[in-house]
Amino acid sequence: MESVSNTPEAPNARTPGSEASDGEPLVAVHGLTKLFPVGAGPFRKPSSFIHAVDDVSFQLGHGESLGLVGESGCGKTTVGKLLVKLLEPTDGEIVFRFADDSVAPAADDPWDSAAIRGRLLRSFRRRVQMIFQDPYESMNPRRTIYDIISEPLSVQGMGDVQYRVDRVLEILTLVGLAPAGAFLFRHPHELSGGQRQRIAIARALVIRPSFVVADEPTSMLDVSSRTGVMSLMQDLATELGVAYLYVTHDLAVARYMCHRIAVMYLGKVVELAETEELLRNPLHPYTKALLSAVPVADPGRRRQVPDIRGDLATPIDPPSRCRFYERCPAATERCLNHPHPPIEEKTPGHLVACYEV
Amino acid sequence: MTDRSDPLLTVDGLSLSYQTRQGEVQAIRNVSFELARGSALGLVGESGCGKTSVANCLMRLLPDNARLSAGRVLLDGQDVFLLTEEEMRLQRWRRISMVFQAAMNVLNPVYRVGQQIIEAIETHNVEPTDTAARERVARLFRMVGLDPQLMERYPHEFSGGMRQRAVIAMALSCDPDLMIADEPTTALDVIVQDRILRELKAIQQQLAMSIIYISHDIGAVAEVTDVVGVMYAGRLVEMGDTADVFQTPAHPYTAALMSSFPSISGERRPLTNLPGEPPNLSDPPPGCPFHPRCAYATDVCRTEYPPQVKSGSHWAACWHPLDVTLVPQS
Repeated sequence: MESVSNTPEAPNARTPGSEASDGEPLVAVHGLTKLFPVGAGPFRKPSSFIHAVDDVSFQLGHGESLGLVGESGCGKTTVGKLLVKLLEPTDGEIVFRFADDSVAPAADDPWDSAAIRGRLLRSFRRRVQMIFQDPYESMNPRRTIYDIISEPLSVQGMGDVQYRVDRVLEILTLVGLAPAGAFLFRHPHELSGGQRQRIAIARALVIRPSFVVADEPTSMLDVSSRTGVMSLMQDLATELGVAYLYVTHDLAVARYMCHRIAVMYLGKVVELAETEELLRNPLHPYTKALLSAVPVADPGRRRQVPDIRGDLATPIDPPSRCRFYERCPAATERCLNHPHPPIEEKTPGHLVACYEV
Repeated sequence: MTDRSDPLLTVDGLSLSYQTRQGEVQAIRNVSFELARGSALGLVGESGCGKTSVANCLMRLLPDNARLSAGRVLLDGQDVFLLTEEEMRLQRWRRISMVFQAAMNVLNPVYRVGQQIIEAIETHNVEPTDTAARERVARLFRMVGLDPQLMERYPHEFSGGMRQRAVIAMALSCDPDLMIADEPTTALDVIVQDRILRELKAIQQQLAMSIIYISHDIGAVAEVTDVVGVMYAGRLVEMGDTADVFQTPAHPYTAALMSSFPSISGERRPLTNLPGEPPNLSDPPPGCPFHPRCAYATDVCRTEYPPQVKSGSHWAACWHPLDVTLVPQS
């Protein structure tokens, strides 16, 4: 068993695995849209819609981690939930291609998210898992650590009891909870926040999924346990070949966790690039503002005032023009009179949705 | 009257414990510091290190199971623990005010936001008439970047950032000498946080008010404060000018805290993990409380609490300080 190192290294240690052996991405999202009705009742049609996710497209490679960042309410968690099928999209498609597709509908066939239900949904869940933000609320307080971690194994019907015990012990050691035997029959309330989040990671990874959506897995943790959980997730990604969609509001955390970062604003992906490229050379005015708003622990450094006006606009039936128009320092007449700009590749691998770049 | 050069606040040998079923938890142990008028002090450390307990001591807002075992808190030379409850009530908001982390829970949902601040102003007789109080609130709203018309709204009509601004306006309503901000921006998005930090800084300089800024976010503390104190296991382990402490940290805990903090600027240096967890304060380890997690710990660290090493106003409590220009005091 590999030991878990203490230092989060650059995720670029191996090349971002955007290509599988057959060249297809693990997840291909195209035109993903999710509208939530507002004001609907038993005898009433919805008067309007919240555009939580609006025409979002991206791809995620095998073993790659993609960061999804943005302010609260921008739709990043909704994208995560759509990918794991906790929500069904209003429009658009999500296609998965798992590398070792022993349980696929047919060998080499892509999995269309919309067609996954019933028995297929169970084998889908074996491939795709989620880690939730709050380790205090995501576990049943009456169940033991063994119950919590072994549940995915029993739902999937994997192995007998002895096999499950071995797997749970193995994954506990892997997530840095040693001696593993001492944790088996404890309850969540006996553990610290950092330890609980390690249990949540163990529960998601015990069935060796190919893809994990992690929704702010470190935002509830203290500084010291945060670093530990971050390095653990990276080590496991390398070791088990897991791809992550890492949903976070913290750009600094995304910098350490992700190969590429997608910035969302009001339901739209406005910029997507490799992590260091995005941080060094942001092109979208919103990304620039977001970056300059992060405080820096260097008293000698002066930050620029973020160039952004007003507050987050409402996602309820937004006008068709650029979502960022009202707050944008670079907005022109063109932005006012045209629909939201399409996301386009400005330099290789660097995508931006802005008319003025 | 008091001299302007006297410190506004003197905390001297403060020790506080909570009686719990698990025994006595020593939340604050022998904490001493001074705060000059018009200056901003930051307190940083992991959760449970005693930052908020210090703030609650200064406000004298302590639960029943708290016991002050030693020390004094002098505000303008007046020991706050010798005041009667009624005298202390008059000091709060007027002399010393606090911005709490959960702005949601501070505002009463059934009263208009402006009315709640007017009430604080009238309780403390800061303005002679209702009209004057109303004008004062309008001024405060403009100061924190809120439209004065929002005074007539209810808290649920405010966003998180607006509520936090309203709470800051309330804390400023009686011209306090000292404002304590306990994690005021932790629940907010970065762009809103940035605006509030800038406003706090500007208001503090404009009113020559003192601020104690409590946060686990080293970046925010570095930007807002002049002086910073690092707390660990109920003790102040390092203190000095913010620039000195963050550029040349002397205590291994400060250095570990900083290098475990991800940053978006500069070169991407590997983060180091701070192993272990803070000690159980009902049974703290002997010697330096950080020794079980410290890479530099030796035998002396395990048995004796370290003396202060010092250079100018920058000091640390460590047997093996990382900044060797700090030397023991005779």
